[in-house]
Amino acid sequence: MRRILLVLVLLALVGAVAFWFITRPQVIAASALPAHTPNLDNGKVMFYAGGCISCHATPKAEDRTRLGGGMELKSPYGSFYPPNISPHPKDGIGSWNEAQFVTAMVKGTSPDGRHYFPSFPYTSYQKMTLADLRDMFAFIKTLPPVEGRVRDHDMRFPFGMRLALGGWKFLYLDGQRFTPDPNRPAEWNRGAYLVNGPGHCAECHSPRNALGGIVEAKRFAGGPNPEGEGTVPNITQHALKDYSDQDILEILTTGMNPDGDSVGGSMAAVVRNTSQLPQSDRAAMAAYIKSLPPVQ
Amino acid sequence: MMIRTVLITATVAIGVTGVMAQSDAISQRKELMKKNSQHTKAVSAMVKGDAPFDAKVVTAAFTQWADTAAQLPKLFPDDSKSGGETRALPKIWTDRKGFDAEIAAFAKAAAARPTDVESLKKAFPAVSKVCGDCHEGYRAAAKK
Repeated sequence: MRRILLVLVLLALVGAVAFWFITRPQVIAASALPAHTPNLDNGKVMFYAGGCISCHATPKAEDRTRLGGGMELKSPYGSFYPPNISPHPKDGIGSWNEAQFVTAMVKGTSPDGRHYFPSFPYTSYQKMTLADLRDMFAFIKTLPPVEGRVRDHDMRFPFGMRLALGGWKFLYLDGQRFTPDPNRPAEWNRGAYLVNGPGHCAECHSPRNALGGIVEAKRFAGGPNPEGEGTVPNITQHALKDYSDQDILEILTTGMNPDGDSVGGSMAAVVRNTSQLPQSDRAAMAAYIKSLPPVQ
Repeated sequence: MMIRTVLITATVAIGVTGVMAQSDAISQRKELMKKNSQHTKAVSAMVKGDAPFDAKVVTAAFTQWADTAAQLPKLFPDDSKSGGETRALPKIWTDRKGFDAEIAAFAKAAAARPTDVESLKKAFPAVSKVCGDCHEGYRAAAKK
């Protein structure tokens, strides 16, 4: 009897070690980054495509490039308070190196080796190219440093356990970069990259399962509004079949939909970002969105 | 008996008036917003170059928007938080100052009277920006 117990305890230990090993926070080493000269213009495009401001800007600050963090981001799991990502050396990410930034964006791991919560959409950002990520980092470094750290997240039990996030990543962070479809035109591929990578549109415009993972079969089919009442619209052709490419482009440019109504809620902040992109990039996003097969 | 009937009638009447006032404000502002969107649709087509510039249509639109901005302050009384079908968020009443500031910005943008495509291309984005700014924090996501 005692031997059986001992074996069980040992097995549990092995299991725990294996879980920790498989799901430990992953890191991209500096040696994995080839030589690169940052392109600040491209970094700015990636910054606005990535929508960093929407969550990390200091609430109510007139200057939206002050990335002091602290906005409350409500979710079914509790409230997140996105951190200071301004280039402040102590309170922001000013003392990070490129590898640490790329690791955060692609692996969801902090410089001190902890899992980030997936409210930080690294499941989408992991699709970005290394060059785009490094340009984005270089651009953020040019923004004003903001003093002050934000409060801790306010998570409901048991969602605050960061160790368990390793298991979540095992299920939902596939480590796949964006791969262009050679059978599609360059514009479509650019749009697919912007929408699925930096733009992280699917993070809100898809339903999630009980574990908080995107239901892949219903990607872009909309779902309940994670921040409160109402729904996030379906953006596949099931709902947008009457919208032309031009109509979608107009929404991304001015926030005005073809019915003469403006987008609201979090999408208003998204449009403030997409309106800063080159027209060609918005048009590419529109072309890709227009191509999404209908999903109910 | 007579007194009681009068009393009950009066009570019911007051109640009904209350409900009517509340659903009135809701239906009035919904009606205004619906009209606004129709004007927006027409003007937006001119800005995009899908329709020729029509001064009459443009003036009608900006007049309608300005009229809405003038009426909005009294269309959100305390008893119109719910009742009819409304997407008005509670923040309208908890942050009245912020809400009033959005209405003021709307009035200012709607005061423009563009006379050609060029001036319209400047004046219209100012209006549509306020639409989004206000709908960002004070209007709930649609149910469907």
